[in-house]
Amino acid sequence: MTAMVKAEGVHKRFGRLEVLKGITLEVGRGEVMCILGPSGSGKSTFLRCINHLDKINAGRLYVDGELVGYRERGGKLHELPEREVARKRAEVGMVFQHFHLFPHMTALENVTLAPVQVSKVRRDEARKQGTELLARVGLADKLNTYPVALSGGQQQRVAIARALAMRPKLMLFDEPTSALDPELVGEVLEAIRQLARDGMTMIVVTHEMGFAREVADKAVFMDDGIVVEAGRPQDVLGSPKHERTRAFLSKVL
Amino acid sequence: MSAPELTEEQRAERPEEIKAVPVRHPGRWIAAAVILLFVAAAVRSIVTSQGFQWHVVGHYLFDSRILRGVLATIYLTALCQGIGILLGVIAAVMRLSPNPIVSGASWLYIWFFRGTPLLVQILFWYNIAALFPTISLGIPFGPTFVHAHANTIVTPLVTAMLGLGLNEGAYMSEIVRAGIISVDEGQTLAAQSLGMGRLQIMRRIVLPQAMRVIIPPTGNETISMLKNTSLLVVASYGELLFSAQSIYDVNYKVIPLLIVASIWYLAMTSVLYVGQYFIERRFGRGFTRAERATMRARWLTFERGGAAGPVA
Repeated sequence: MTAMVKAEGVHKRFGRLEVLKGITLEVGRGEVMCILGPSGSGKSTFLRCINHLDKINAGRLYVDGELVGYRERGGKLHELPEREVARKRAEVGMVFQHFHLFPHMTALENVTLAPVQVSKVRRDEARKQGTELLARVGLADKLNTYPVALSGGQQQRVAIARALAMRPKLMLFDEPTSALDPELVGEVLEAIRQLARDGMTMIVVTHEMGFAREVADKAVFMDDGIVVEAGRPQDVLGSPKHERTRAFLSKVL
Repeated sequence: MSAPELTEEQRAERPEEIKAVPVRHPGRWIAAAVILLFVAAAVRSIVTSQGFQWHVVGHYLFDSRILRGVLATIYLTALCQGIGILLGVIAAVMRLSPNPIVSGASWLYIWFFRGTPLLVQILFWYNIAALFPTISLGIPFGPTFVHAHANTIVTPLVTAMLGLGLNEGAYMSEIVRAGIISVDEGQTLAAQSLGMGRLQIMRRIVLPQAMRVIIPPTGNETISMLKNTSLLVVASYGELLFSAQSIYDVNYKVIPLLIVASIWYLAMTSVLYVGQYFIERRFGRGFTRAERATMRARWLTFERGGAAGPVA
């Protein structure tokens, strides 16, 4: 069985600045991977590359066995047309640090927009499904509330429901709790934990060590554009082999 | 999660409400008196001066020719501003296109129509027959489908649409572009991650949010447009000023008829102000919790400030 995400020597440059310097890793189906590391280490960029929101400059990146953003034909890489890229993005859910909910739409409208517009689901069908999803993240009473009137934790849970509405085969979380008040972190982590129990494949960039230990099947420590250390969370977080990992963990914990 | 109950003791300890003597504002009263004096003098001269000929103004205010001019002005404003907004959105989206040819074409359009006076453009369109006696519609260097004399196509109404609409489109595109740029990039990112295409994102996510920034200057543009329709006197289009002119060309009551026109222009722009307020409120949805408060609250603060003088 092929891996859900497979990266082989992925490089990413912004102008002259090399942000990813050869990332190689694999996420199996149903696995949860937590990526840790200092800011600027390339974690978020790597997530964005998986969704082709950023283009990689070298290496190979596969999602569900298919090359991300390109097609290989006759030994040459061809860029995928915009429509194809969009279709593939629809299969991967993404949750952002700053939620990025659509402020001019209610919670339910946020969740039903993409199914109706992209997947051409019938409107009433999408509403039914959206209502269920919002209930699943504990927001059954906030269907018609605008994001401005929701707490950060509630907004992030709407964002999770919005991503799930596209029935993704993979979920990417980019520091989902970093912008939240400490007392709201728990409710968002609980929603992610629930997803893990349901068998969703996930990559979570996070600074929540306890959560990583508990939920992750694999932990990866990144610094300066490379994977410093990867393995079982109890190993990477409990008894790190590299000095750099130890130094980071001692500051975070 | 209810707040913890206060004990009897804590409640008893609560200090009494502050009832302070407000700061006095003698400057406000002096300024008000001076301004009132000037206003009274101005009103007196306007009412009593012979030159205004108020009875003539009253006579022509609801003249059927004037009313027809008012209707034509409203119609023209709506039509040309509509064309302007449509062209503006198209030009703005083109301007932001990654395709350099497309964005370059938009730039050229904006450069030309913002760089030449509106009156000159109107005169140009009005006299287009001198430049292109016949107009053909078809594929460049290929077959033509329609063929006609310029003067039969470019009527005063078409002159108005071309002159005012194209010019407005150039200004509107800059306003729309500013609105589009003002929308947080995260919005596009989130929409992309959901698999939405570029045009879908523009239409469903970016433009609705850009509206909040676009509406206020568009209101100003519409008010300008309403007044700029008067430039069409040079194209002999029968709008309000043209109606007034054609009356005073006969009876030489120039000033009273200009006053009639001004009263109508003022009335129409006032209606636009009110309309703008409601449209702004509509597109502010999701950005503020207390949407209705603004106008009333402002008035209340003013009243309180004004009453701050004599305190018993």
